[in-house]
Amino acid sequence: MQYLLTGLTVGAIYALVALGFSIIFNASHVINFAQGEFVMIGGMATVSLAAAGLPYLLAIPLAVAAAALVGLALEKFAVEPARGASVVTLIIITIGASIFLRGLAMLVWDKNLHAAKSFTGDAPIAIAGATILPQSLWVLGVTLAIVLALSWFFGRTLLGKAMLATSHNRLAAQLVGINVRMVLFVSFGLSAALGAIAGILIAPITTTSYDVGVMLGLKGFAAAILGGLGSGVGAVVGGLVLGIVETMSAGYLSSAYKDAIAFVIILAVLFFMPSGLFGKLGGERV
Amino acid sequence: MLARPMLQRLASPRTGGLLVLAASIVLLPLVLRNSYFYDVAVLVGLNAIVCVGLNLLIGYAGQISLGHAGFFGLGAYGSAILASRYGWPPTAALLATTVSVALLAFVVGRPILRLKGHYLAMATLGLGIIIFMIITTEDKFTGGPDGISVVPFRIGGLVLQGERVWYWVVGGLLLVAVWLALNLIESPAGRALRALHSSEVGAEVVGINAAEHKLRVFVISAVYASVAGSLAAHYSGFVTPGKVAFLHSIELVTMVVFGGLASTFGAVVGAAVLTTLPQLLAAFEDYEMMVFGAVMIGTMIFLPRGVVPSLARLLAGRRGADSAHGDKRA
Repeated sequence: MQYLLTGLTVGAIYALVALGFSIIFNASHVINFAQGEFVMIGGMATVSLAAAGLPYLLAIPLAVAAAALVGLALEKFAVEPARGASVVTLIIITIGASIFLRGLAMLVWDKNLHAAKSFTGDAPIAIAGATILPQSLWVLGVTLAIVLALSWFFGRTLLGKAMLATSHNRLAAQLVGINVRMVLFVSFGLSAALGAIAGILIAPITTTSYDVGVMLGLKGFAAAILGGLGSGVGAVVGGLVLGIVETMSAGYLSSAYKDAIAFVIILAVLFFMPSGLFGKLGGERV
Repeated sequence: MLARPMLQRLASPRTGGLLVLAASIVLLPLVLRNSYFYDVAVLVGLNAIVCVGLNLLIGYAGQISLGHAGFFGLGAYGSAILASRYGWPPTAALLATTVSVALLAFVVGRPILRLKGHYLAMATLGLGIIIFMIITTEDKFTGGPDGISVVPFRIGGLVLQGERVWYWVVGGLLLVAVWLALNLIESPAGRALRALHSSEVGAEVVGINAAEHKLRVFVISAVYASVAGSLAAHYSGFVTPGKVAFLHSIELVTMVVFGGLASTFGAVVGAAVLTTLPQLLAAFEDYEMMVFGAVMIGTMIFLPRGVVPSLARLLAGRRGADSAHGDKRA
């Protein structure tokens, strides 16, 4: 039960990062390897703003806005100019961007680990023989709220529907008057904001530093792949499954191989379901 | 009249390119002023060998791998453990390691290469990370995060030591590696790879066993990486898990893409530029990472096909009509 709760908390974070991957992938078919850096920016910005004396209520929106701005800038200055380039080229561009952002973070902040204060106290709450930190409840609650908000956004608003349409068929979307470039722009801002929120939520539990983005980004990518790229439900389920499996295996098998086991499972799933759990099986057109 | 075909052969990208590469390797020592320069040159050569192999897989067969540092690391650690811990002769250790890595690539390659695109990227990335985790965790054999020291390479009584000796060894091996790769590309197998790159279904329809060809080139590229890894371990006398890490895989792919996909000499140029760049950027100290990232983004935006093919295209464009029907593949 304890492992399940911890796993759910970690999994919720992975799910948020994976959703960021999915949103950008849907809009542009780019895997954004700088996604982890948004997580880092969210956490680090909150910590430094809070250290400057701002209350969380002010620091958190500012940090999310900062990450979203970085996301928009990334789209404008790195992805947009390379439109029409091959997938590998775009992957290298986003990796270049992630190295750039990490270098920038090292300059703006420093190389040290930073601990953030949790939102509401550190007194553990006991549930059914296990304990849970108030911060974990925040993680789960906010993730749930975001998932609901996103499903409303994509199901009910014009912009959200435009983004869905673009992901299904870019050319057709353009023909019915959807501004595809706008959609691409918004998707980077949105997924940067999601990443930043994940970074802020996890910072009080795990501490944050300029290079937390690498592993969180990879895990988020793994979760997105596990669920099936581009599937919103898949991203959330993939994240939760990955988080739970990882904590369980760390608890029952070997904590040293925690990260390795997660990847072994992903490989196994991919061998039997080459498009992930919820991915579409697409035929290849010749 | 015999001279004409001879000249044509020399001017062909294949023979001509090999000659240019050989000439650069021979002439380079004129500007290498001290052993630090030689050291960088050896690192360039070793990376170039990995990149030439990786380019066969990514550039020609169109199968991405984000885990090749894993094979490089297995080569390095295999040689290190067998030669230093168990006292095997380095040549035997190198051979045994290379064969085992080839076998591993053969076994895992088949299921992994069934995947496509981003799923393939994920699977190779996962493979690399699993190898990394095993190497850092099994510290009884590998020394864990601290790394392991390696005895110098020797063949019989001949001990290879010092940057200058290694420069010529690695230079020679690079030539052989490039020559083998060019031969493969020009063979029916190479044409089959290019065919399945543009369309796997299409290639199968005309009778190419896509799975078989992909697996073979995957094994070949793993062997290139493993041999370079073994030599790198003996050369520097030390291996740390950093050489196996995800970021090293990314660096290797970046070198290949930077130089130009499906261009063997591009892979060499990419390795040369991106290995020396961090050494030059060391002058920027704190700004090093930012500049490196910016260079990566900039090249990909302005030269999306990589440095060598983009330049080749510029040159060809200038020469205009006379090369219109020539093969522009460098």
